[in-house]
Amino acid sequence: MVELTLPKNSRIEKGQSWPRPAGTGNIREVQIYRWNPDDGKNPRVDTYYIDLDDCGPMILDGLIKIKNEIDPTLTFRRSCREGICGSCAMNIDGTNTLACTKGFNEVNGTVKIYPLPHQPVVKDLIPDLTNFFAQHASIEPWLKTSSPQPQTEWLQSHEDRQKLDGLYECILCACCSTSCPSYWWNSDRYLGPAVLLQAYRWLADSRDEATGERLDNLEDPFRLYRCHTILNCVQACPKGLNPAKAIAEIKKLMVERRY
Amino acid sequence: MNMRTPMSRVRGLGSAKDGTTHFWRQRITAIANLPLVILFLILVITMVGASHGQVAALLGSPMVAILVLFGIASVTTHMWLGMQVVIEDYIHGEGAKILLLISNGFFCAFVGLSAAFALLKISFGG
Repeated sequence: MVELTLPKNSRIEKGQSWPRPAGTGNIREVQIYRWNPDDGKNPRVDTYYIDLDDCGPMILDGLIKIKNEIDPTLTFRRSCREGICGSCAMNIDGTNTLACTKGFNEVNGTVKIYPLPHQPVVKDLIPDLTNFFAQHASIEPWLKTSSPQPQTEWLQSHEDRQKLDGLYECILCACCSTSCPSYWWNSDRYLGPAVLLQAYRWLADSRDEATGERLDNLEDPFRLYRCHTILNCVQACPKGLNPAKAIAEIKKLMVERRY
Repeated sequence: MNMRTPMSRVRGLGSAKDGTTHFWRQRITAIANLPLVILFLILVITMVGASHGQVAALLGSPMVAILVLFGIASVTTHMWLGMQVVIEDYIHGEGAKILLLISNGFFCAFVGLSAAFALLKISFGG
């Protein structure tokens, strides 16, 4: 059944409130989910105050400032700080997004930061995405051909290349999949929007020769058809992509090859 | 402790190579439901306050009876398919899930056949 109540040891408690910086700068309150697997305690929400006049404009700048200057135990993933690596995906102000491309000016009042929903937490803001990445690997996201290898590259027309626009930009940050209720309840069997968009990226590739095989592997009541067009994925995607449309295109191919 | 690899868990029992039939039927019945349910509502509204004889006469007309019968088949099939999706979404215990899927089929068949029987009985002057 759907879990509507949390087990006792996962109930979130009120955490520590860190001191406000002195002065009357542009102070912003930031509440962050904290959980440490080693101390045996329940998760908590800590409150920090940062002076935005002395901080970069993005939420990630704030997190780095907290880690550097206030609380070095705060744990989160980050790498490129420009929305291309997908590491700093987290739930900010109630929406899954990238901390590096979300500005403080896009959030009113207190900034609330949680890890991506409905994934096991490794520590603080770090979700365990093992299952997500295994699902991505399961769709075999590479060019599959059986024709003899050409002397140079596999050719593709401009029109066919354009069909990959809106698909190849996906950075696998998991914002969409972890915003999807269908994925929350059935992530063991449903592939989720990100992986299905990636699957369609290879179905739509004119150079690929394994389209039928790929469709065979997707044709499943759970792998594909758990998508009920809730469209949270579209709203969440920090790259402005449309995973729901990619899923609809896969469903169209499923019907097309039958009739 | 589960020592299976993540890939083994994701691949699971493999693709069912099915689901498109279900998806397609749900769309077809949805398209059919739209005019049929509107027609049925018009039928009910025009029959408000009518005597049993008048209703029996109307439902005795072959065209009306066939369309209502078509509506019963389409609506109950749609109900069956839709409820199946809800059960698969939310019920995760294998035993409970199978039991509910079977019950859902029986329930929808019973509702559909009862409605069809009632309609035909009136149509044929019962």
